[in-house]
Amino acid sequence: MTGEVALSVKNLKTFFYTNNRCNKAVNGVSFDIKKGRTLCVVGESGCGKSVTASTIMQLLPSLSRIEEGSITYHAEAGDIRIDQLDRDGKEMRRIRGSEIAMIFQDPMTALNPVYTIGFQIGESLKYHTDLSAKARHAKVVDLLANMGIPEPERRAKEYPHKYSGGMRQRALIAMAMSCNPKILIADEPTTALDVTIQAQIFRLMDELKEQHGTAIMLITHDMGVVAELADEVIVMYMGNIVEAGTVDDILRRPKHPYTRALLDSIPVLGRGRNQDIKSIRGATPDPYQRPKGCQFSPRCDFATETCSAMPDEEYITETHRVSCHHYKDISQHD
Amino acid sequence: MTESRDVILQLRDLKTYFALRQGVFQRVTGFVKAVDGINLDIYRGEVLGLVGESGCGKTTLGKSILQLIRPTAGEITYHGADGTDGAVDMCCLSDAEMVAYRKKLQIVFQDPHSSLNPAFTIFGSLQDPLKKYGVKSKKERRKIIGDLLEAVNLQRDYMDRYPHEFSGGQRQRIGIARALSVEPELIVCDEAVSALDVSIQAQVLQLLMDLKKKRNLTYIFITHDLSVTEYICDRIAVMYLGRIVELAHTEDLYEHRLHPYTQALLSSIPVADLDRKTKRIVLEGDVPSPINPPSGCPFHPRCRFAKDICSTEVPALRKVVTGGKEHHVSCHLVDDTVTAA
Amino acid sequence: MANSALNRKFDRIRALEEAGELKPLTGSRALRKMMNNRLAMVGVVIFLIILLSAIFAPLLTAHSPTKIDLRSMLQSPSGEHWFGTDKTGRDVFARVLYGGRVSILVGLGSALLAALIGVGVGCYTGYKGGILDVIALRVSEIFMSFPQIILVLLLVSIAGQSLANLIVIFVLTGWGGMYRLARARMLSLREEEYVQALRSFGISTPMICYKHILPNALGPIMVNITLTTAMFILAEAGLSFLGLGVPLNIPTWGNILNVAKDLRVLQNNWWMWLPVGMVISLFVLSVNFIGDGLRDSTDPSQQG
Ligand SMILES: Nc1ncnc2c1ncn2[C@@H]1O[C@H](COP(=O)(O)OP(=O)(O)OP(=O)(O)O)[C@@H](O)[C@H]1O
Ligand SMILES: Nc1ncnc2c1ncn2[C@@H]1O[C@H](COP(=O)(O)OP(=O)(O)OP(=O)(O)O)[C@@H](O)[C@H]1O
Ligand SMILES: [Mg+2]
Ligand SMILES: [Mg+2]
Repeated sequence: MTGEVALSVKNLKTFFYTNNRCNKAVNGVSFDIKKGRTLCVVGESGCGKSVTASTIMQLLPSLSRIEEGSITYHAEAGDIRIDQLDRDGKEMRRIRGSEIAMIFQDPMTALNPVYTIGFQIGESLKYHTDLSAKARHAKVVDLLANMGIPEPERRAKEYPHKYSGGMRQRALIAMAMSCNPKILIADEPTTALDVTIQAQIFRLMDELKEQHGTAIMLITHDMGVVAELADEVIVMYMGNIVEAGTVDDILRRPKHPYTRALLDSIPVLGRGRNQDIKSIRGATPDPYQRPKGCQFSPRCDFATETCSAMPDEEYITETHRVSCHHYKDISQHD
Repeated sequence: MTESRDVILQLRDLKTYFALRQGVFQRVTGFVKAVDGINLDIYRGEVLGLVGESGCGKTTLGKSILQLIRPTAGEITYHGADGTDGAVDMCCLSDAEMVAYRKKLQIVFQDPHSSLNPAFTIFGSLQDPLKKYGVKSKKERRKIIGDLLEAVNLQRDYMDRYPHEFSGGQRQRIGIARALSVEPELIVCDEAVSALDVSIQAQVLQLLMDLKKKRNLTYIFITHDLSVTEYICDRIAVMYLGRIVELAHTEDLYEHRLHPYTQALLSSIPVADLDRKTKRIVLEGDVPSPINPPSGCPFHPRCRFAKDICSTEVPALRKVVTGGKEHHVSCHLVDDTVTAA
Repeated sequence: MANSALNRKFDRIRALEEAGELKPLTGSRALRKMMNNRLAMVGVVIFLIILLSAIFAPLLTAHSPTKIDLRSMLQSPSGEHWFGTDKTGRDVFARVLYGGRVSILVGLGSALLAALIGVGVGCYTGYKGGILDVIALRVSEIFMSFPQIILVLLLVSIAGQSLANLIVIFVLTGWGGMYRLARARMLSLREEEYVQALRSFGISTPMICYKHILPNALGPIMVNITLTTAMFILAEAGLSFLGLGVPLNIPTWGNILNVAKDLRVLQNNWWMWLPVGMVISLFVLSVNFIGDGLRDSTDPSQQG
């Protein structure tokens, strides 16, 4: 059913403990991923987007830990608490790949150069299904063809170096889709690709969503991508969700000063040379010297003393939530 | 070219090929035609955008202009201000003779992490060019570098810090300061803002525009982000496989997209505006290899309008007039596509 | 649970962090990692003890390493002669100390010389590329494919045994490795954008490759120098043991071991070969520990 919640994350905190310091990379985020919808996660580099994704997949490095919160996967057979599963346990390995699949940012390193593409996609089928070798091969060719790779029969027998960047990314999506996962997590799948190739990948993701009802979580830092693909958006800053809502909420009625500043700082195609671009002052803080309270306050034009306490999340409408002390005053400005 | 404006650089039939070598004796087995016959005039004080897909030769063209890569054939003529320095074809100059022109042309790079030497302080990195161009005393060099840092909105005393102490945006500004240190006339910005976070991108873009006004600079702005080009550039050249396929004034290009490739490129860009959603023209296939470019028009295997002539004849970059302005395009079917678009 | 120790550590760090007690890390990350590497620090201590006792040998022993004393031949270790005496009554302890001077000089000296040549050539040709690079590569291959032992025999029979000859041979056979390392680093570093920027200013080639790029390649080169030093010390011992190295009248670790060729010595006079053998092993081991520590600390891909 479209719109049904496939996975819910509640007050998730993931901290890193490298170099004998504690880095609060993800510091209390809550959101739902829904079937047949695309959830876009935006925010600048280092705000914890990838860490959120790898926490859901239980792919965190060893010097890190889930501190608090829950990740619940709503499977057909009942709910599964992913955060309580063993990282490398059998159950988690089954979920990874067959229920939740992930595509990584860099298509160049995510494929093993010494095996053919067909073999690599077949491996995951072998592990998660009980198809015969012949049926697997047929399925691989089928998947590649669905991804728009020409001559899939021949291409399946080729090694990754013969594929261009866009084709590798498509092969990775084919691999991720091989077991019909319910949830697809894509971590900046097109950042390394050209816009014309990006358009091909986006068309593909739209098809997945519409034809298979896959729930998609798409990580990006490009507001353009959000406008194109998202149904729902969460905006992250320094490990927190500052604002979340539907695309319309975020792009047409942004409330949080950070979201507004972000939207004001990008040139938008078609608005010509006279558009007014305002940069956000200052720089992203050092993750080890996080500001007190609202993380955005040192760069915020509306900051007051109250901002040194962490604001609570408030629901403006049923879908639109924001965590800012002053969002009401700010929206009166315009 | 009829417009009587002050030309700073003139590229004529510029070609830069990379030899592919193989075997023990390094025999040449083929060529990568990274830049394959480019004609272009760059006017003093303008911002020329250079856009195109990855691997189409943008960086190679930029580096060829600076003679960081020696072009295989063609001319790059530099015209000094007010005709004082005369016109010189830089491709014919030896490295020693080039030194005088290195001062005029500079480059800013993409990657803020590899553009500064991690083993030196900012002062250490920036002082050698100054030494080379005759600033002998250390005190004077410190003063100049301090002034440059202030010009890019950084503090003077940052010069004694190491690159790892700076954020990406700060490093990029230091890179700009370095390019400015010899007071160039033209700066090639190779993806100068692509690697930066969106919130930082605006800072650097604004800085570049400010500096242009203050110092009367000319920019060649290489990027694949067409939203940025629209904002900053006066003219835009669209490249495909080592050639320019379309060249026009910015507003013109966005309004009258003549070349089918430009149409596809512009329609593929995700626009951060819900009211401006356009229909994507999705190109099939990938960028062909510049080692064996397709015969005829390099774009024809991916073009939805391709006719027989496209696979046999290379279209020339011809002039058409749109909206009362010059517009160059290299396509056999321009008239057809204009109506189709 | 196996993770409980890790969890406790995490809890401690988190508590400190929240109390704001952890300071930003200052100083060199590489140095900090080196200091935290126990094995490397043990290596440094052993290395320094052996090196300093060799340098300050006259202060540590009153005996001369070369003075023959026929009245005290083949004495076992005692308060007077810590490591005993050899067949001609020379004090073995003094010989080990003074021998260390020559051995370390040969090892470290040849390694440094080899590095000077190898890095000097590798930096320039690696950066420049082209025909110069191809020539240098082929030349280094020729040198590296030449068997060391035959080169030694050749030189000894032509020029006779001497310290200088040994060093020359080590440098000839050793520079190739350094050259290849430096060249490989250069090939990747020369593509960095700061190098392109320097070129765009018209800065001269030697200035770019020696002043600006070389400092960034020093980490792996240092590692290689330490490991090569260890290798040369072993090689010196081996060659001297065979009688092909340093002339026998100069005490070196290898020459001291030379006496153990005699089966009777091997069976009856353990003090003539065991202590020196152990010193060699300890020294080489410590140098290897240091080298490994350096490698780990300068490798940015290793998290700590
Ligand atoms: N493997 C790791 N070890 C230690 N710290 C990490 C690790 N991965 C991420 N971090 C830290 O966690 C924080 C969030 O990083 P994350 O990778 O999630 O950012 P991001 O939003 O994905 O950024 P980007 O857009 O650059 O991919 C950062 O402060 C980062 O330094
Ligand atoms: N040093 C080189 N040797 C051989 N081929 C090269 C070299 N540099 C670039 N090329 C090739 O020349 C072509 C053009 O490369 P170039 O770097 O100019 O592309 P670009 O348009 O700048 O792409 P991008 O957007 O990815 O930076 C590519 O096919 C590339 O592989
Ligand atoms: Mg990430
Ligand atoms: Mg480039």
